[in-house]
Amino acid sequence: MTAFDLMRFEDWTDPVRSAEREVASLLPDADEGRPPVLFVPGLGHGAWAFAEHWLPHAAGRGFPAHVLGPRPGGDLRALVHDVVQTAAALPRQAVLVGHGVGALVVARALGRYPARAAVLVAPVLDGWSALGSALRANPGGTLPALVGGRLKLSARQLFGAGLPAEQAGEYLARMDPRPRRELLGRAVPPRPVGTPPVLVAGSPDDRVVSRKALDRAAAAYGGDPLLFPGMAHDLMLESSWAEPIDAILDWLGKQGGR
Amino acid sequence: MHDSPDLGDRRDAVCVVGAGASGLTAVKNLLELGFQVDCYERETAVGGAWNWRHDRSPVYAGAHLISSRQHTEFPDFPMPDTWPDYPHHSQVLTYLERYAKHFGLGEHVWFGMEVVSAVPTADGGWEVTTQSTGGGSSRTQRYAALIVANGHNWDPRKPDIPGEFRGRVMHANAYKDPAVLRGRKVLVVGGGNTGCDIAVEAAQQATRVWHSTRRGYWYAPKYVLGRPADQVNDALLKWRLPLRLRQWLYRRTVRLTTGDLTRFGLPAPDHQPYESHPVVNSQLPYYLGHGKITPVPDVTAFDGAAVELAGGERIEPDLVITATGYRPRFEFLAPELLDVNEHGRPDLHLHTFARKNPTLAVIGLVQPDAGVFPLAHWQSVAVAQWLRLRRTDPARAAVVQQKESVRPLASWSRRQVVPSERHWFEVDHIDYLRSLESLLNQMEPSK
Repeated sequence: MTAFDLMRFEDWTDPVRSAEREVASLLPDADEGRPPVLFVPGLGHGAWAFAEHWLPHAAGRGFPAHVLGPRPGGDLRALVHDVVQTAAALPRQAVLVGHGVGALVVARALGRYPARAAVLVAPVLDGWSALGSALRANPGGTLPALVGGRLKLSARQLFGAGLPAEQAGEYLARMDPRPRRELLGRAVPPRPVGTPPVLVAGSPDDRVVSRKALDRAAAAYGGDPLLFPGMAHDLMLESSWAEPIDAILDWLGKQGGR
Repeated sequence: MHDSPDLGDRRDAVCVVGAGASGLTAVKNLLELGFQVDCYERETAVGGAWNWRHDRSPVYAGAHLISSRQHTEFPDFPMPDTWPDYPHHSQVLTYLERYAKHFGLGEHVWFGMEVVSAVPTADGGWEVTTQSTGGGSSRTQRYAALIVANGHNWDPRKPDIPGEFRGRVMHANAYKDPAVLRGRKVLVVGGGNTGCDIAVEAAQQATRVWHSTRRGYWYAPKYVLGRPADQVNDALLKWRLPLRLRQWLYRRTVRLTTGDLTRFGLPAPDHQPYESHPVVNSQLPYYLGHGKITPVPDVTAFDGAAVELAGGERIEPDLVITATGYRPRFEFLAPELLDVNEHGRPDLHLHTFARKNPTLAVIGLVQPDAGVFPLAHWQSVAVAQWLRLRRTDPARAAVVQQKESVRPLASWSRRQVVPSERHWFEVDHIDYLRSLESLLNQMEPSK
């Protein structure tokens, strides 16, 4: 991991332009002083992917819950900028929860914002590995994207057998993945500022993020991944979505605060 | 407070003096490394100089940032990107209030409490005596370290002008509202950013404006090529161009944007760019060109209704505003602790670390060619890391101290600056941050 990041010429000379941000929020009925949670969806997924289950569930357990929709056409730098801006606008130090490429965005944002804690769910930190997995699980939808065509995600790639096909089809219809060249590569995440606890969660049966990639991601933060066997990549949309979010919120509860 | 057996002994806790921008970032970064912190603030709210409600605040109604937002915000807590390039001072206060709230800093600040004395103890700690602002009983507590963040823009440096003046003289510190300028004949003394700002405000309000400067300066515009000038300037600094080349580029840029101001009667600069604090003002040339501001030389004397200028000319303003800067002041510390010289200037390593006392540091006592907040942030990070290293690995700390003691002064401090009262702590933000970066990397745990 990179060390201290003092020299920020890119931000000093060519700052990211502001854009309207799509933020959906659900606040618990009573403020019990829990830290706000900011969900960051991944490639092709909008704010809806978290609004479906995890957002209301987190709010129901007393966490002010927010989800940030990705900026249309935004590059990685712009997405990171938006996460940091959104987090800093919250009244208290936030917990960042990113999924897939959203976890990569969170990993980068951790270098710029001292989060209370962070959770990387099925993180795509290694673009090459994710591409390899995608080619195996969904060659027909992935190959065209390599030659400039559209990327089409498939149910087999993202969901487990437990999710009704009709529901899976509905989710897929809402996805519009626009991968960028810069996602290919093995990202070296910056060292988180403020040394927050970081949890990596995922499934050994994920067809996008391999078990190996998961282990590597967790090791980069000095831990082991929290595993939910049997689940597919989209843990927050699976029929057993409650299990991982409950485990994540339990973990958060144990972190305590400063 | 309840976890220490002796109420007066805060053991490993750190004492921070002041809850302005520098104090707040010190508190935050110390907490982040696990320190207990007590911060004392003489006012009843955060914000220091930026809180216009405070009696020591120098801000005036029309004050905006001189450096752009991206050069001013803390590196880990950006200002909203919907804010303008050069936010208003009230937005800066809002920002500091949000920062304090976001990181829960308020609960570590004792408001309405002044530090009246701080004395080093034999075991390397501090005995800090505090008192309610304006009086009351005092109490003394022990701390492991002392971080001074009491600001340097509150004790006005008033020029020594002989003679009596019948009109009104005020320091820029007391200038709040352009209403005092309305319909008056105003002389503004001082060529710094504040002096230029007030001269411009006077040009919009007063019947007559003189602007007295001791020397010619490089007046940079706030925008170059449609971008904040400091952002364009950093594009040059990035390439580590030699100073001479940068000075040449700077002169070219000023010539192409602001142009030659000697035509309006301003003296030509007697120094190279980067040898004085940058003056950034796009409106000054505009009002010079409209005849609303008359540049005049140094003031030599007051004489009844008149002010005498170098060269013998006499003018008759009814209001004189002296924008002649501020002096750092540390009345709660013995001068030798900060190696304060006869001019009242402390001599600190990186303008931060006391040279003889390893548990004493000052935050924010720099004048960079960019915002102070980012520098204050990284100073705080370095101080917090230093205090932790001293505790966890004294042997390594000694090695770092040894290495730091031979760091060349010229690598972080502007040595070649104009001889004036206010340029001694001028730093180049790039050089300065690079020095802090290398110090921080030295203190990294070895792998």
